[in-house]
Amino acid sequence: MSRTAVADAPVDRAAPPVSTLRQPRLPRWAPLGLAAVAAVLGIGIGLVGGLDSRLQWGLIAAVLYLGLTAVLASTVEGTRQAKDRLATSVIWVCFLLAVVPLASLLWETLVRGAKVLDGYFLTHSMSGVITLEPGGGIYHALIGTLEQVGLATLIAAPLGLLTAVYLVEYGTGRLAKAITFFVDVMTGIPSIVAGLFILSFWIIILDFGYSGFAGAMALAILMMPIVVRSTEEMLKLVPNELREASLALGVPKWKTIIKVVLPTAVGGITTGIMLAVARIAGESAPILLLVFGSAEINNNPFDGAQSSLPYFIYEQWALGNEASYDRAWAAALVLIAFVMILNLVARGIARWKAPKH
Amino acid sequence: MATETPPATAASAKGATRKGDRIFLGLSRGSGITLLAIMAAIAVFLTWRAALAIGADEANFLTSFEWDANADPPRFGIAVLAFGTVVSSVLAMVLAVPVAVGIALFISHYAPRKLAAPLGYVIDLLAAVPSIVYGLWGALFLVPHLTGLYTWMDTYLGWTGLFTYHGGAARSLFTVGILLAIMILPIVTNVSREVFRQSPKMQEEAALALGATRWEVIRMSVLPFGRSGVISASMLGLGRALGETMAVATVLSPSFLIKASLLEPGGGTFAQNIAAGFKEAGSTGRDALIASGLVLFVITLLVNGAARLIIARRKEYSGANA
Amino acid sequence: MKLQRTLRLRTAAVGALTVCGALALSACGSDDNSGGSGNDTTKAASKIKCEGEGNLLASGSSAQKNAMDIWTQTYQSACGNTQINYKPTGSGAGIQEFLQGKTAFAGSDSALKPDEVAKSKKVCKGGQGIDLPMVGGPIAVTYHLEGVDGLVLDADTLAKIFDSKITKWNDPAIKKLNPDAKLPGKKIQAFHRSDESGTTDNFTKYLNTAAPSSWKHEPEKAWAGKGGQGADGSSGIATNVKQNDGSIGYAELSYATGNDLDTVKLDTGAEEPVDATADNASKAIADAKVVGQGKDLSLELNYKTESEGAYPIVLVTYEIACDKGNKKESLDATKSFLKYTASEDGQKALKEKGYAPIPDEIVTKVRSTIDGLS
Repeated sequence: MSRTAVADAPVDRAAPPVSTLRQPRLPRWAPLGLAAVAAVLGIGIGLVGGLDSRLQWGLIAAVLYLGLTAVLASTVEGTRQAKDRLATSVIWVCFLLAVVPLASLLWETLVRGAKVLDGYFLTHSMSGVITLEPGGGIYHALIGTLEQVGLATLIAAPLGLLTAVYLVEYGTGRLAKAITFFVDVMTGIPSIVAGLFILSFWIIILDFGYSGFAGAMALAILMMPIVVRSTEEMLKLVPNELREASLALGVPKWKTIIKVVLPTAVGGITTGIMLAVARIAGESAPILLLVFGSAEINNNPFDGAQSSLPYFIYEQWALGNEASYDRAWAAALVLIAFVMILNLVARGIARWKAPKH
Repeated sequence: MATETPPATAASAKGATRKGDRIFLGLSRGSGITLLAIMAAIAVFLTWRAALAIGADEANFLTSFEWDANADPPRFGIAVLAFGTVVSSVLAMVLAVPVAVGIALFISHYAPRKLAAPLGYVIDLLAAVPSIVYGLWGALFLVPHLTGLYTWMDTYLGWTGLFTYHGGAARSLFTVGILLAIMILPIVTNVSREVFRQSPKMQEEAALALGATRWEVIRMSVLPFGRSGVISASMLGLGRALGETMAVATVLSPSFLIKASLLEPGGGTFAQNIAAGFKEAGSTGRDALIASGLVLFVITLLVNGAARLIIARRKEYSGANA
Repeated sequence: MKLQRTLRLRTAAVGALTVCGALALSACGSDDNSGGSGNDTTKAASKIKCEGEGNLLASGSSAQKNAMDIWTQTYQSACGNTQINYKPTGSGAGIQEFLQGKTAFAGSDSALKPDEVAKSKKVCKGGQGIDLPMVGGPIAVTYHLEGVDGLVLDADTLAKIFDSKITKWNDPAIKKLNPDAKLPGKKIQAFHRSDESGTTDNFTKYLNTAAPSSWKHEPEKAWAGKGGQGADGSSGIATNVKQNDGSIGYAELSYATGNDLDTVKLDTGAEEPVDATADNASKAIADAKVVGQGKDLSLELNYKTESEGAYPIVLVTYEIACDKGNKKESLDATKSFLKYTASEDGQKALKEKGYAPIPDEIVTKVRSTIDGLS
């Protein structure tokens, strides 16, 4: 933007181009025109060459566009401008290239998910449904996800929050160093390994049954380090002047933390926790190992098999027939919506609570 | 919060203060210790089980190509898994990072301002799409659409030996790489964009004033400034790709073979192998999976550590985050 | 302080909203999917004797998943207190979970091996795990080849295809069996199961018995053949075969019909090549003999049958439970459910979905064994 301002500045319409400083330039419509030519050529080559994949047409068009731009610009405008144009085109192509799969992902999920998504689908379980035939719903999975994620948050959020408070407000010694180290280490734990740990320890060795709670524990393990880290960052942002002012007024430290530090950072902390919730709500790997899966509604996460949305998607995909694919897509749509709403709310809170300048 | 006691009256203020402080300190330290204990317990438990498995292993754990952990005596090795994990993740990086940098630059320096803000937002949200959804899309949409590309690669790049393809389902390590690339694209883009946005405006404007083209500004001012940021973003993406489970499990036809061609189905990754194998694993089989999970854990740790080192170094000399 | 109060108010409001939302959610959910079209099921259900209650966990063979769906539907419409939760994880996984004491019974396409029986004594206090044959069915060899219908193959060719010795569709061996078909020169993509599976076990048992010179691998749950591509579960095979022109795979018949796949006709040495149908499979299963010891009713199938219209690639799915020492809380429900599946109605319900009922003389033994479970 600023470049155009600088480049266009010397151009004075009244004065004819006598300036020898200026090189000839391609007209403004050149990139668009070239893109159109490249697209037409790409489609032409695709049709003539009998290539069946549209993706290839696009790729050919993109390569043609880059080549044409480079050649034309370097003959008309010189190498420096040509490089600039090439870079611009490459970046545009990059962008379009990346948009294709991501847009396709959202589009496919929307179109194929909307097929069976309705009130019935949201309020019924899969109980007694012949999986080869259409019917049934995700209510049981929805309940499972809500309960498992809720439990995980109940475990992880207070623990993580208090730990972060300890690290920022009190911790200086060896204990704090050890905690920081382990939290760092644990942020890297692959989710399936967390699941495997709970499976071996809780279900096999301690001989508890499969349950939503087992899944929630694995999710909590994944969530704790995220909460600690994000809360830590937020607490560090609280200006020390606030703490000092409060302490100088004779307010005890614990009250300073509760009444001054935490409220100041509450927006960021909530955002961090909600983002962590959104992250674990989509976890499928540990859930797959721990909740067994169920077709019926089970409102009790501590006893008996449960399902969950990610589990349901995998289960229906694995059944491998058209009816179950439809159910999988619809559940995927619900899951995406759920996670995105959490994200939006988190960002809303962040913006709402952000310090105003 | 449980510790919230009614405000102390003036008379008892001092006593309550000490007590309150002690309780609160105890509480926060207690949760710190609990967390530490949980984490340490996990580490110890996993190491213990892994050691059991490796002790019982009749084959070489690091170099053997077989996975027969449920047999008696068990024979298993992680060579195939390590190969598949590294190849698919590195491939994902190679594909995703340049594109991600391109998009980040597009958003921060090229796109019309009206487009840039919502775009950044959408990419932010895409980073939150659950991996199982990527897996579903990968298996039902991406895989059938890749055969054309693979046939083309076989025709023109087949001579390298890396890209021979004989038709059939495109359920290979290369597909995994592509899917992982698409998955980590949003996160790498996000972090890179943040870094590029922080690049010093004065330098850019100075360069423009001297008559530099936009590309020259980016090459001389933005990219050098953002290099370490991009590297750490890529490492973050790599960490994600290494541990990804379900998306890999849905698009790969696994086998315990290392094939020269990346387009031929086969191979496996650590996480995928755990997801596929835990169901039928007996006691030793599960421990063997834990051992392989631990190796994955260590690799992820190294990658994350490297990323953190780079970030720390960057903070030291640029001072941009201050 | 004011900030605090408003904050607390807001928190309370959010909390209240969440609780209300949760209440509203749990009020509107329903397990009832009958939709008023349960005429036959209710009729069949009326004969079921319900005992026990609770959530019955079971897992194993994906071959019987569709049969289980029907049984579960019927059984649950009669016995509302019991939920049957069958997870099609594969026979290997099913036995494993049963041996860990996590499930009430397992479904497996192969009988327990001696070491598995030994391990089962830990779970079954005072008893051991036994095999109860419950449902039979053909393993269809499914293929996807544009322009070729009614492909005929024999054991020897199958063995060579799945062992990567025949790699092109226009191989002379295939041509000889299909003189009229226009076979393309495409490469054959053979799909096999990547997980341990009773289907693989039975399929390779057939290859090993019927074409011993071409299939030298020991029959096993894990795939032993050379080359080919792995796919997870019967559904994985079906999906892959459907997606890829020039592919071949093996899966239970219901997966082939459920996905509209072509199935191979088998040249068994009988006059006419045999189709993979439930009826034809029944003819082969009728030849089966009980070889299990004591209460165990594992069968030996005759893969070499050449009788007219008998389709020899079959599998029988066993439900595996303890003869003694079943878990108390699930024993009654397990017995009641298995009694129904072994009953005349239960067996009759199978036929519509491409399964083959167990022959009468065997199924009567199954019934009496179930009565004796404790």
